[in-house]
Amino acid sequence: MSRTLNRKGRRHPLSSLVLILVGLFVSGAAYAAVTGTATAADAPVSATQIEDGKKLFASNCASCHGLSAAGSAAGPSLIGSGALSVEFQVGSGRMPMSGSGPQAEKKPVQFTQPEIDAMAAWVASLAPGPGVPEASSLTGGDPSNGAQLFRVNCAMCHNVAGAGGALTEGKWAPHLKNIDPVHVYAAMVTGPQNMPVFSDMNITAEEKNDIIAYLKFLDENPSVGGMDLGSLGPVSEGLFVWIFALGGLVAITIWLSAKSN
Amino acid sequence: MADKKSDVVTSAGSAVSRPDRLQNPGFEPEHKRVHDESPERARGAERGISLLFALSGILSASAFALNFIFPIVPGDLMSTRYNNMFVGLAIAAGLLCLGVGAVHWAKALMHGHELVEERHGTRGGDATRARAVEIFQEANKESGWTRRRLLRNSLIGAFVALPIPAVALFRDLAPAGTPEEKLSHTIWEKGVRLTRDPNGVPIKASDVTIGSAFHVMPENLLEVEEGFLDEKAKAAVLLMRLPLDALNETEDRKSWSYDGIVAYSKICTHVGCPVALYEQQTHNLLCPCHQSQFDVSNQCAVIFGPAARPLPQLPITVDSEGYLVAQSDFLEPVGPSYWERER
Repeated sequence: MSRTLNRKGRRHPLSSLVLILVGLFVSGAAYAAVTGTATAADAPVSATQIEDGKKLFASNCASCHGLSAAGSAAGPSLIGSGALSVEFQVGSGRMPMSGSGPQAEKKPVQFTQPEIDAMAAWVASLAPGPGVPEASSLTGGDPSNGAQLFRVNCAMCHNVAGAGGALTEGKWAPHLKNIDPVHVYAAMVTGPQNMPVFSDMNITAEEKNDIIAYLKFLDENPSVGGMDLGSLGPVSEGLFVWIFALGGLVAITIWLSAKSN
Repeated sequence: MADKKSDVVTSAGSAVSRPDRLQNPGFEPEHKRVHDESPERARGAERGISLLFALSGILSASAFALNFIFPIVPGDLMSTRYNNMFVGLAIAAGLLCLGVGAVHWAKALMHGHELVEERHGTRGGDATRARAVEIFQEANKESGWTRRRLLRNSLIGAFVALPIPAVALFRDLAPAGTPEEKLSHTIWEKGVRLTRDPNGVPIKASDVTIGSAFHVMPENLLEVEEGFLDEKAKAAVLLMRLPLDALNETEDRKSWSYDGIVAYSKICTHVGCPVALYEQQTHNLLCPCHQSQFDVSNQCAVIFGPAARPLPQLPITVDSEGYLVAQSDFLEPVGPSYWERER
């Protein structure tokens, strides 16, 4: 029954966009396969990779960021934003944006890793910018020091348990549970969207590792105090207490004062 | 009924006393409980209650056992969670069974008569009152309270003087100096370097890239021995660098920033929460407690919410080595309004 209802229902407003993207992706991939340049994925930046990235950029990103990535009224310039920005924005599914809004939402990733690397290589070739670190270099931090740094620098927006929180006018700070360490690092270095930049002069590379270690610790260790109700503080805890604790008290009071029959 | 209606006074402007006002319904007729009438049901209730008590005992004993089945292993956080959860649940359920059983016993099986006890008046009887007056008069006669006036008045004088030392003692409980003085100053002063919270590393102006936000404490904070947290709470500063074209500054404050780097008190002017939710594209600062919003590009003017005034700005500059330093303390008290404050 519900299946038929769903079929009859209106198509999702983003479906046409997704369809276009899929079409572009398929034709781009076919083109890449025919020209035989998609094999050099793991190699360091090569001229063909940059060329691939340029094509992918032109077909998927240029409508907002401009053909030369110099930006337009719809999107900022990407010159100098570096490979790390591309890895974060495209690799986390935020780009390409599905529509204009207060903030780019996380979606399923639209590209394969070699394609993301190609676009990153092209953007990085325009002007120097922060590069993507090896994932192995982002390990071995001290979670205790990371927790202290997190409380000072991150917790006011992302919540002390990394549960995220609201910002102004429909924007929000996303949760930080089970995030790829490269993306955590990238967010600190590049300051995506409204997040401030935390350069190595502010939080050193070592301290960034500590913060990543703290987030990893939070992922691996559930709250010691039992159910954390989303770690959202008084909102979820208050709701729980109002409904279940007060509801239980009212029920007990009614039972206590009711006459036995 | 007709007679009563004719008693109603209906002159203009007078209150109408309604003859059909609520009558005291008295007590409901007492009804017997099912357990009073059916001995079988009473026995059933008795069995149920004793079952609850037995269950309570079993749960308490199992709470003891669970403490050993799920021991707290040092270093294993999850073991604490399981220990607390199972032991706590067993104790709570045991207490609940005990309570429910006791209440059910009282409601279903204990003596079920309804009885009414009228309140008696508080006034004593005439004889009691006369005797009380007599006692006072006797005491007066025997002690000479009204006759020996010198004795009486000197005693009253001594009692009046007794609490005077307390005035001085309680007064000394207040913090030294006026609160106003403490509220108007922080430990920022001319030449104090801006350092990173929490490690105290001084910040070079060249370290602050555009879009950065630094959480700052004064360099001299680490020397504070008494009231460290109080001083830190007052002196907390957020350092941001904006593109120069995004920064609107009045003439008198142009020298307070350095190359687009501005420093503002982190203490909300509403009720003093730390305002640090900085959005680097909109240049909005949001206070998480009551959603006050400040526009950093316009000298932290309040653009939304209950905050009374802009966040105070810390005038900064660079020293000869390129480190950011304060030009002076804040030029107005940081934080929320208080009694002596004019605005």
